[in-house]
Amino acid sequence: MIVAFGWNELLFIITSAGWTLLLTAIAFISGGLAGGIFALVRLSRLKILRRIAAVYIAVIQSIPVLMVLFLSYFGLYAAGLELPPLIAASLSLGIYVSAYLAEIWRGSIEAVPFQQWEASESLAMTRGQQYRYVILPQAARISLPPTVGFLVQLVKNTSIVSVVGFIDLTRAGQLVNNATFDPFPVFGAVAAIYFLICFPLSRLSRRFERILNVGRIH
Amino acid sequence: MGIELHFGPVLAERDILLRGIWLTVMLSASAIILGSALAILLVATRSLGSKFFQTMVDCYVELLRNTPFLVQLFIIFFGLPTLGLRLSGVEAALLAMVLNLAAYATEIMRAGVEATHRSQLEAGASLAMTPLQVFRHVVLIPALAKVWPALSSQFVLMFLASSIVSFISVEELSGAAAIIEQQTFRSFETYIVVTIIYLILALALKAMLSWFGRLVFPKVSGIVYRQVGAGA
Repeated sequence: MIVAFGWNELLFIITSAGWTLLLTAIAFISGGLAGGIFALVRLSRLKILRRIAAVYIAVIQSIPVLMVLFLSYFGLYAAGLELPPLIAASLSLGIYVSAYLAEIWRGSIEAVPFQQWEASESLAMTRGQQYRYVILPQAARISLPPTVGFLVQLVKNTSIVSVVGFIDLTRAGQLVNNATFDPFPVFGAVAAIYFLICFPLSRLSRRFERILNVGRIH
Repeated sequence: MGIELHFGPVLAERDILLRGIWLTVMLSASAIILGSALAILLVATRSLGSKFFQTMVDCYVELLRNTPFLVQLFIIFFGLPTLGLRLSGVEAALLAMVLNLAAYATEIMRAGVEATHRSQLEAGASLAMTPLQVFRHVVLIPALAKVWPALSSQFVLMFLASSIVSFISVEELSGAAAIIEQQTFRSFETYIVVTIIYLILALALKAMLSWFGRLVFPKVSGIVYRQVGAGA
């Protein structure tokens, strides 16, 4: 039965945008925590730890997000764990997030001038204190534009979670399209909602870049 | 609790895998070449054209960069037939990849183009070069050399995103995985094998791009390094 693309269908699509946002939030927070740890491990004084983190980051960045999603989903399933789709999807995306944020944040930490390390060391600070009081506050400023920029990538990449049975914005569009056979308005509306989420974030990232005066070579 | 892995049934389907690899490589290579060509065209239009063209190109770039590739793919694959343009899965996939990559590449190249110093444009004009000649020799080539690393990462991201075209039943590597999974019921093993293949292909692509960069922009990249070193 073909239904017209009306208010109810549009409302269904808009509601599912909430799930996309929730998924983005959980993936960003869980991936951010792991990514922060990996960034620090990547800069550890132990070579073996640095190596492990570097390999993890390189591998995750060299395989499609879709494969990360499938592997963790079927891996968990094979291990006998059956998680609800929201948790499975956001944890899998969290793995993807962790690798990219680790690399962004490592770069931000390394962008803090080396003299800051020396100065804080001459004040007899421990490495933890150096990070806490001197390096990380400055690195956080530097990392702000690329981190917000990455958030845009994450919002867009959540669109593939329907493969693990989660109904997000894109999946809702597909379901509505299957009922209405009216792809242009349906996917147009879906694209418009993504745009309304992503465009302000993109602008914010560019604004931070200007305000903080970073990302400039010359 | 032990997980038993059996790779035999998956590897027995190597014909499907090889066809998938071939299609993934062809789609990615075509998208990179055609997408870059379109991006150069858009950047040239933006730099040389009127204010109107500049706004049009900027709108195109922002629209494509702020919506998911999957939704763009759906609009092309499901939407265009309602306008009377029927595309096969592979054609729709390639079109979506080219349009998407072109938007990102345009944004990256634009940054390089805008970094060109005014005096260089004047120098070009004083040699009686036409605007198009100035754009080609003075602006574009050094700009490409400057942004080659960023462009390379974008190419790799496009290669990885090509896996998404399996959503419209294109039988590239991810699509091949779906078929093998249905035939063998070895989901986990299938995706381990396919992920390793993706990993190898991505590393090969990265190596190729950096080799190509050194080959095509040898001198210029040296100058860039010196400039960055002196400026920092």
